[in-house]
Amino acid sequence: MLRVVQSQANDTTADPAAPLSIRGLTVSYGQKPAVFSVDFTARAGRMTAIVGPNGAGKSTLLKAVLGIETAVAGQVRVFGADLSMQRHRVAYVPQRASVDWDFPTRVIDVVLGGLYRELGLLGRVRKHHMDYARDCLSRVGMEEFEGRQIGQLSGGQQQRVFLARALAQNADLYLLDEPFAGVDAATERAIVAVLKGLKAEGRTVIVVHHDLSTLRDYFDDVWLISTRRVAEGPVKEVFTEANLRATYGGRLAPAQIDMLSRQDG
Amino acid sequence: MLVDALFLQMGYNATLVTLGAGLLGFAAGISGTFLFLRNRALLSDAISHATLPGVALAFLLMVALGGDGRSLPGLLAGSAVSALLGLLCVNALVRHTRLNEDAAIGAVLSVFFGFGVVLLTVIQTLPQGRQAGLESFLLGSTAAMLWADALIIAGGGAAVVVLALLFRRPFLLVAFDAAYARARGLPVARLDLLMMGLVMAITVVGLKIVGLILVVALLIVPPVTARLWTDVAARVVWLSGIFGASAAYVGAAISATAPDLPTGPIIVLVSFVVFVVSLLLAPSRGVLAAWLRYRRFQKRIHIRQGLLALAQGHPIYERLTLRLLVAAGWARGDGVATDDGMGYAARALRDEARWTALRTDNRFEAAAAMYDGVRDIDTVLTSDQIAEIDRRIAETPA
Ligand SMILES: Nc1ncnc2c1ncn2[C@@H]1O[C@H](COP(=O)(O)OP(=O)(O)OP(=O)(O)O)[C@@H](O)[C@H]1O
Ligand SMILES: [Mg+2]
Repeated sequence: MLRVVQSQANDTTADPAAPLSIRGLTVSYGQKPAVFSVDFTARAGRMTAIVGPNGAGKSTLLKAVLGIETAVAGQVRVFGADLSMQRHRVAYVPQRASVDWDFPTRVIDVVLGGLYRELGLLGRVRKHHMDYARDCLSRVGMEEFEGRQIGQLSGGQQQRVFLARALAQNADLYLLDEPFAGVDAATERAIVAVLKGLKAEGRTVIVVHHDLSTLRDYFDDVWLISTRRVAEGPVKEVFTEANLRATYGGRLAPAQIDMLSRQDG
Repeated sequence: MLVDALFLQMGYNATLVTLGAGLLGFAAGISGTFLFLRNRALLSDAISHATLPGVALAFLLMVALGGDGRSLPGLLAGSAVSALLGLLCVNALVRHTRLNEDAAIGAVLSVFFGFGVVLLTVIQTLPQGRQAGLESFLLGSTAAMLWADALIIAGGGAAVVVLALLFRRPFLLVAFDAAYARARGLPVARLDLLMMGLVMAITVVGLKIVGLILVVALLIVPPVTARLWTDVAARVVWLSGIFGASAAYVGAAISATAPDLPTGPIIVLVSFVVFVVSLLLAPSRGVLAAWLRYRRFQKRIHIRQGLLALAQGHPIYERLTLRLLVAAGWARGDGVATDDGMGYAARALRDEARWTALRTDNRFEAAAAMYDGVRDIDTVLTSDQIAEIDRRIAETPA
């Protein structure tokens, strides 16, 4: 009765210049693969959710795409080229920033870090850079915190500052690892609005997402992963009871699955 | 005499040493900042202790080749080689074994230093060894500095400053958020190596003046001191350079006033004094400022609580509260409010209601973050915003 619905090789799989295309990617910590031979293709100008249980390899997948973790096997293409050629077009917000919270840096300095490429080694921070960084902060509703030392913010506020840094990068492909973890409903709405704004500008947004109840509202496509690829495709087609079972196994209560897959009939 | 030394009137040699030390202090303060911010302070201790066997072996080699063994460039080259070896050992131990970095540092530091001490003892037994004065590399000395030595120190220090400032942006990015730096394609490992290379250069160049045991203080104390004064990394870098330069300059001048004062320890003591003064007096992180801030805040809390108590007709429990209210002319000694006091109490109560409303309204998040229970609301909101809050309060049914 467990029938895993693999989405048919959709026509975008062949798209040579897809924002992100992953082929046969395996990443392993020691001898234990966290991601095993997965294929995914992101479609341009859409919002894609990566969904799977804790430990499914979602964060690992993103890290491998960015070269933070080394892949044992597989190929990653970004806009049809090697990542090293396209790095400037990719922005990343990690699940938990592993930074020193007592570091002498203010909110505005963190956001200016997003302009690293533009500023180069010795470029001076000029007024238009500051204005741009402030604009990015205000898009996440943090403009009044610009002078704070970064450790003097709440977790949700810190999260938004790192999102602002990613915005400052002005990238074409955004990879966000659980941007909604630990933020309140109003903040979540604000972040979603920012992400939808990016999409409206034709950028591609890929988000690791845990809240199955908002999946349909926020996203166009979904990748289901549980170490292996379970399914990918438009949320409407892929977000089915069978696929959820295949992804989560016994981790979702039957009632939950029932509710979710019946959500919009 | 100290004044003479400070104004470089103590003769040629003392002048060279004092200027050299000042420049070295500047370079060490600048490059030490990146080390400190990267949480690698102790690694410099391993590097500096690892120079000793190199110094001794270089001496032996030069003697064996027929020289007199005391040429500074030769000794420094030897120290650089063994410092690099020490650094690589720490890296290898961390990478290929289960040792933590601190354990690896301890192991490398003690083994290299122990080996160096053994070699020094051997050198003492040689006829050329006795006047070699290699022990002065342990604690530094101002005696007998040559023009050429001073040039090495100046050149090395200047090169380090230039490189450190050139790479300050990537260094700081890596120190703050290495994962992000990696995701943006910065060569993190190579930047770390460069940073350690600069520290190594400072160590080697500073051997003559401060000695290998204490060079770590020159690298670490200035940034720690500078950190007390500012929350902006770029300013930490510059302040640290200035603190390092002043401490080293003054320390070297002091040690020039008497023949047997070792330079390294005096410089360290001077920079420690700068640190203690900063710890006490720095405006935001200093102990005194923190204490004053706390006292002021405590007073405001008591006054505000007292006013709220007056407004609601509650008794005032704390002596301090009553004393402050009486001093302000808002209450009488028996705890009854004066007319003035009643006015202020009513205002406090109204502000309290406004704060409560504001903190549940997402539009005022930044203002709400300023909430400390004592601030008058008109210090954070415009009158329009206050009017808006009042409207909201009026709308909500009591
Ligand atoms: N640095 C690491 N060293 C060893 N194992 C790791 C490391 N990071 C992750 N793992 C393991 O790899 C697997 C996948 O981890 P990953 O962080 O990618 O999961 P995830 O899907 O992001 O989970 P979550 O929903 O909890 O964030 C897990 O089993 C985890 O224990
Ligand atoms: Mg994760």
